[in-house]
Amino acid sequence: MDIHEYQAKEILKNFGVPVPRGGIAFTPEQAAFRRLELGGGRCVVKAQIHSGGRGAAGGVKLCDTDEDVRDFARHLLGTALVTKQTDAAGKRIDRLWVEEASQIERELYLGFVLDRKSERIMIVASGHGGMEIEDLAEEDPDSLIRMILDPAVGLAEYQARELAFKLGLEGAQVGQMVTVLKACYRAYRDLDAMMVEINPLVVCADGSLVALDAKMSFDTNALFRRGEIAGLRDPGQEDPRESFAADHGLAYVGLDGDIGCIINGAGLAMASMDMIHLAGGAPANFLDIGGGASPERVCQAFRTVLSDPNVSVILVNIFAGINRCDWIARGVIQAYKDIGIGVPVVVRLSGTNVEAGRKLIRDSGLPIIDADTLAAAAEAAVAARPQSIAAE
Amino acid sequence: MAILITETTRVIVQGLSGRIGQFHAQEMIEYGTRVVAGVTPGKGGTTVLNRPVFNTMREAVEATGAEASLLFVPPAGAADAMMEAADAGIRTAVCVTDGIPAQDMMRVKRFLRRFPRDRKMRLIGPNCAGIISPGKGFMGIMPPHIYTPGRVGIVGRSGTLGYEAASQMQALGIGVSSSIGIGGDPINGSSFRDILELFEADPDTDAVMMIGEIGGPQEAEAAAYVRDHMTKPVAAYIAGLAAPKGRQMGHAGAIISAFGESAQEKVALLSSCGIEVAPNPSAMGETMARILAPGRVAA
Repeated sequence: MDIHEYQAKEILKNFGVPVPRGGIAFTPEQAAFRRLELGGGRCVVKAQIHSGGRGAAGGVKLCDTDEDVRDFARHLLGTALVTKQTDAAGKRIDRLWVEEASQIERELYLGFVLDRKSERIMIVASGHGGMEIEDLAEEDPDSLIRMILDPAVGLAEYQARELAFKLGLEGAQVGQMVTVLKACYRAYRDLDAMMVEINPLVVCADGSLVALDAKMSFDTNALFRRGEIAGLRDPGQEDPRESFAADHGLAYVGLDGDIGCIINGAGLAMASMDMIHLAGGAPANFLDIGGGASPERVCQAFRTVLSDPNVSVILVNIFAGINRCDWIARGVIQAYKDIGIGVPVVVRLSGTNVEAGRKLIRDSGLPIIDADTLAAAAEAAVAARPQSIAAE
Repeated sequence: MAILITETTRVIVQGLSGRIGQFHAQEMIEYGTRVVAGVTPGKGGTTVLNRPVFNTMREAVEATGAEASLLFVPPAGAADAMMEAADAGIRTAVCVTDGIPAQDMMRVKRFLRRFPRDRKMRLIGPNCAGIISPGKGFMGIMPPHIYTPGRVGIVGRSGTLGYEAASQMQALGIGVSSSIGIGGDPINGSSFRDILELFEADPDTDAVMMIGEIGGPQEAEAAAYVRDHMTKPVAAYIAGLAAPKGRQMGHAGAIISAFGESAQEKVALLSSCGIEVAPNPSAMGETMARILAPGRVAA
């Protein structure tokens, strides 16, 4: 789960990371007021959306006057910002962060991530901040410093010092860097983060360190014990279909095609998408209904998939272990009754209670296309599309 | 022989008193698995499915001599239950639970390192379908009838895709020695490589089907092991050729976030290490049939 920059800065500040003074604004008037609060001098106005690359996309501006702030705020608020990391529709801007401008002397990169190879928290740092980490890894891989932390010990003081010296810091900056690193580590550990990124971490003209930008994302599996983090979720930054699906226990990812998918198991769902591609079609979504799915959950899956206007056929592919084919069949039949399905539906059932499930489908009298295997189901779904779409 | 579970393995079910634990334990017992006890804190002294339930793993292991444990423990307590199993002397633990925080798993993996090699618990999962040695026994949630006893090992992240492979092989008359689900989480107990090592050493396994997916470095590590150390042929399938970058596809671990983590890159790497990669998920069975054809089997 992602949060906004200003929320990440607030969290990190509370753990001891120095951040520029600033305030949040939902209207141009509030933005102008924030500038006055900061002393009425030069400030930075930053669009708050869940994406990197905001500066290059025109979402960040240095402003010197009241008029500058109001104009820029009016220009941004209510619009969608398209960055290198968003899709073509971009993300809606409904709030701005206004902060004091910093005198930048040097820019550093600092990130904390979960390293899947060592299965531990890893620090990634570079003396060349400001660039996206992907670009940094490509253009200047030698500048990247990696450090792996032992969960039994945490971040050792010597490791933090070593990193500070490797980044070329000196004097009082070394101690400041140790403080920043320890604060980030504690925030990561205590709040079940998956990523903490300060990019850039700047050395100011007066020699002090400050986090000019901050990004945090959190482990959704741990939100049950992090209520304060769960409360920072901003549904306005999410695909509404994905939010609806998540609220009903479904894993859904919207894609560009027209074949709606309702599958059990993430692996089988990915495999079904691969099979649809091979058969000459394109999936409209990834959807895993999970284990032990009730007829009601199957029905919600249909609602979710059908909320995408591009869907012209639905493929249901179930290999039941912890699921039951008869429950799935009941869900499909209920979906016809409750929602009214206007597109062809292909159903492939296999595994636990398969005979009972297939009998329910056969006896329902509904125009459901029955398939035996994964390949047959994908081919039937591609063939069942309306001719106008198939011809494209 | 098979790996990790046989007809003699004594199994404890952690969370036996719960609805899901009880349902699957019943299936396991009907299949012939030696389920000897359950553990549910606070339910000690009761019986479920004619098996004694204990409050702690230590009591259960002392009373039954069990060497394996299957966990149906909710996410908040799952990591603790794994550590309890390890400390009680369990040798093989299988955790089905989905949704365990990644940092809990980080601590579990660190905890397991404190035991000497001859006492160390092997953890399978979490977020997996379990393990089965067809005709002998199983620990997990899979439908056991789709596995024919035989001589091919299966190892995969996804439960349902593992079922798909087993049933395709069954349709072609190919049987399974053991099938191991390692789970879809970013931090898991055993990697592809760990399981391939067991299959390589198992005299009852002739070849292995490995089912990977997008995200993470474990398929690449397994491919290097196959190239450098394995004498038995390996077939594979990698799910997610159609998956977009940077989006999590259901499994917490299924996200393309680094170089070499896309399905295309993994397929190329596996092929270069001598692994026969099925071109699509419907061809897993026939790909295995091809590498088992006379003249292709090294043994």
